[in-house]
Amino acid sequence: MSSVYSVKDSHTENKIFLSRIVAIFIFIVTLIIVLLARLIYLQVVGHEHYASLAKNNRIKLVPVPPTRGIIYDRKGRILAENLPSYSLELIPEQVPDLDKTLSRLKQLLDISEEKIAQFRRQYKQKRRFNSTPLLLKMNDEQVAKFAVVRHSFPGVDIHAGLIRHYPYSEITSHVVGYVGRINVKELKRLPEAEYRGTHHVGKTGIEKSYETQLHGKTGFAEIETNAQGRFINTLDTIAPQPGSDLYLSLDIDLQKTAYDALDIYNGVVTAIDIETGGVLVFVSKPGFDANQFVSGISTANYRALQNSDARPLFNRALRGLYPPGSTIKPFIGLAGLEYQIIKPQTSTFCPGYYQLPNLSHKYRDWKRWGHGAVNLKDAITQSCDVYFYDLAFNLGIDNIHDFLQQFGFNKKTNIDLVGEKKGLIPSRKWKKKVKNESWYHGETLITGIGQGFTQVTALQLAKATATLASQGKIVQPHLVSQIASDNVPRSVKQPNSDTIPLQPENINQVIDAMINVVHGTRGTAKRISKGLDYQIAGKTGTAQVFSVKQDERYSEAEIAFKLRDHALFIAFAPADRPKIAIAVIAENGGHGSSVAAPIAAKVIKQYLSKPAIK
Amino acid sequence: MNTETRQEQFHSSSLVGKLLRKLHIDIPLLAGLLLLSALSLTVLYSAGNQNMAILTKQLIRMAIAFGFMIVLAHINPQQFQRHSTLLYGLGIFLLIAVLLMGDIGKGAQRWLNLGFFRFQPSEMIKITTPMMVARYLADHPLPPRLKQIGFAAILIFLPTLLIAKQPDLGTAILVASSGAAVLFFAGLSWRLLLATIAFLASLTPILWYFMRDYQRKRVMTLLDPEADPLGAGYHIIQSKIAIGSGGISGKGWLGSTQSKLDFLPESSTDFIFAVFAEEFGLSGCAGLLLLYLLIITRSLYIAVQAQDSYSRLLAGSLTFTFFVYIFVNIGMVIGILPVVGVPLPLISYGGTSMVTLLGGFGILMSIHTHRKFLPT
Repeated sequence: MSSVYSVKDSHTENKIFLSRIVAIFIFIVTLIIVLLARLIYLQVVGHEHYASLAKNNRIKLVPVPPTRGIIYDRKGRILAENLPSYSLELIPEQVPDLDKTLSRLKQLLDISEEKIAQFRRQYKQKRRFNSTPLLLKMNDEQVAKFAVVRHSFPGVDIHAGLIRHYPYSEITSHVVGYVGRINVKELKRLPEAEYRGTHHVGKTGIEKSYETQLHGKTGFAEIETNAQGRFINTLDTIAPQPGSDLYLSLDIDLQKTAYDALDIYNGVVTAIDIETGGVLVFVSKPGFDANQFVSGISTANYRALQNSDARPLFNRALRGLYPPGSTIKPFIGLAGLEYQIIKPQTSTFCPGYYQLPNLSHKYRDWKRWGHGAVNLKDAITQSCDVYFYDLAFNLGIDNIHDFLQQFGFNKKTNIDLVGEKKGLIPSRKWKKKVKNESWYHGETLITGIGQGFTQVTALQLAKATATLASQGKIVQPHLVSQIASDNVPRSVKQPNSDTIPLQPENINQVIDAMINVVHGTRGTAKRISKGLDYQIAGKTGTAQVFSVKQDERYSEAEIAFKLRDHALFIAFAPADRPKIAIAVIAENGGHGSSVAAPIAAKVIKQYLSKPAIK
Repeated sequence: MNTETRQEQFHSSSLVGKLLRKLHIDIPLLAGLLLLSALSLTVLYSAGNQNMAILTKQLIRMAIAFGFMIVLAHINPQQFQRHSTLLYGLGIFLLIAVLLMGDIGKGAQRWLNLGFFRFQPSEMIKITTPMMVARYLADHPLPPRLKQIGFAAILIFLPTLLIAKQPDLGTAILVASSGAAVLFFAGLSWRLLLATIAFLASLTPILWYFMRDYQRKRVMTLLDPEADPLGAGYHIIQSKIAIGSGGISGKGWLGSTQSKLDFLPESSTDFIFAVFAEEFGLSGCAGLLLLYLLIITRSLYIAVQAQDSYSRLLAGSLTFTFFVYIFVNIGMVIGILPVVGVPLPLISYGGTSMVTLLGGFGILMSIHTHRKFLPT
């Protein structure tokens, strides 16, 4: 195994090894002496110096949170700002008796038991030497009371800071969203260094979707503190970099008009600037007071919001799925023209019902006695169901599915908000896959009038309407139009959009029919045409509310209301030079013509009465 | 060849002694290591803000590491020698695997996720590299000739470069020094040694060129910590204040203020010595260094007593590596070496290095307790 030499030279080898061991021992001892010498230098020679540094001049590196970016509407009106506020913060490490301190503070400042419990949860997640807020928003009385006895509360201090405020609170709660205290889950996800001094993070809406841009960069300050850790002096700072300001395409006046116009109804109003895709109105009613969430909403209030039948926390505009009802008809009609199933003048006789060949079941029209002979224009104007049963049957479900998908149904609009729903346009493939059932012709018929499996969001309706108005050029809805860092606004680039290949004369046939809905003598929305000096192209819709959820309880009167149909209306105006596209859904509004159309008309009127802003 | 019976005659006949012999335990070493562990728990309790969870976790790791030590102490050194090449090859293979597909932990690729636990091949290579070099040199006449020195250098550089690429400068230094120590003990001529040191020194500017920004910053910081008090200099300034304020007798156990008020970062891991120095002062530090020195002395004694080239080279190298740990860590904390991620052996919080270190001591015990009986 080993070579012959190893045995022969073992004596030399031993000698060398022993000398090396001695050498390394001397080397090690020498270096240990070096370490000791340095320790003596630090601990004996420099002791006084370092001890005074440690005792009197406690230098601390504290994070300085950046100022969150401000959110403006399209005319520079503030939707989310930062207001000065005082918060009461504890550094648990420096509080001698936490329980006693908390109970004393509770009595002194009248703090709710809930806030105390919340604090206890929070401080468990943090390191003991980090400042944890007990009260985020102190009123003047609390500030004054505490200031007097401050000295008797080591480790507790008032911090002047900024707190998020939403001046339009309820009206913008579903679009701007809100910030709230960082929770355990977010603590793990967020970059620790960047959020060291930050207590709040965007939870919903623009606040969440644009968190990175709004937050900014944390700075640091080197501060001097006394033996109790109280601030004495700032020595040096690395300034934080404030978050970027956001300019939305939203028009707060229009938003307010739309919110108020919904009146007693819950529902959605979304309006899009057709030229840019900028969202002008994004109303989900009811909203809620977003400011409550900033300073920490009480459990009782939160539960009330969550259990409310009106579901104020639910973002209907982004996530509310509704059957489109008759508002789908212009698109089905266009599909019929494009697939050459019908010609504009082709007429169908409507006896008030439709029957599939060889089947006895009668599919009813909303008008019991029928519309008589109708062509496409009549069918859209009067919203004839039988015409579209027939057309849908001839188109077939898969053509309907493919065509509607081009307009953005059955997929997310990719608006710049997180959490969007994609809705559903059924197809044979979908039904096989999800329900493992084959497709029935009857299902095609009701898809043709926007019922059955079909589900859309109001945003999808507005986008599709805008796309139709711009002759098939796909309109991409978005909310943030400019991002300003260091007060230099930069426009957000929108990707170039495609155009759906459509015959212009076919589009114009449909638009013509939609104008007739509002301005024709038999139009379902003719009521809103009064006094207009431009034309609106629209389509009413009524969506059946099929069932009431099992776990919901209503009083008798409410059941009747809850079972009323949803009222829908889509429109764009002016018809010849389209500027604004709108979709309105008034839940349980009954009929689109009487409830939804006037809301849309109000918004359009207000928007067009002012010089349009680019 | 009947070593067992011979050992029984050779060693003390007390019952405990017999048991420990059976376990192949070296009592002086074990005593020193246990004392260190007790110290570790004491300081950790203070540095970790009296968090029992941290203590329990560390205690479990200690149990595992001591278990590993006993297992290795049982294995005959001849087995280590026989399998050195295989273990070294496996280590290199795993290092490459880590570079290619390793999990990203703490911004560097060091971990290999084996599903049920995460394994750090660079820890294993700290032991297998000196094993390999010792085995290779022991197979040839000593002192080594130039050809063997060259080949041994390649055996050392290969894992060093792979680890430096991760990048883990601390471990790279430890691996390189463990290999170099084998060469030194094997009888590398002083002239060659000095020439190599001179050569490496001349390489410094090139090394500077290849260093990452944060590594350069650490070196610059060492030279002038006050230049960047908010950034890279912060660690050093704060740990110096903590140590210096401890004085001769220290502030007493649980009495450290600097680490607790968050002035001192990493106070449980790489900078735990600063907490120790603040609480126990110069006297405590001298005591700790003395304990380390005693363990080193016993280990070097084991190396001298070892009866074949492989064993003594390996024993010497493992001992030296243990010292490098101590010196690099304390040197960094007291501000005479740049900040390099090396823990204070058997004191710092963390399990990986503890397993490796106690594994090394297991091998030392194995070398000592598996000696063949020699007539006096």
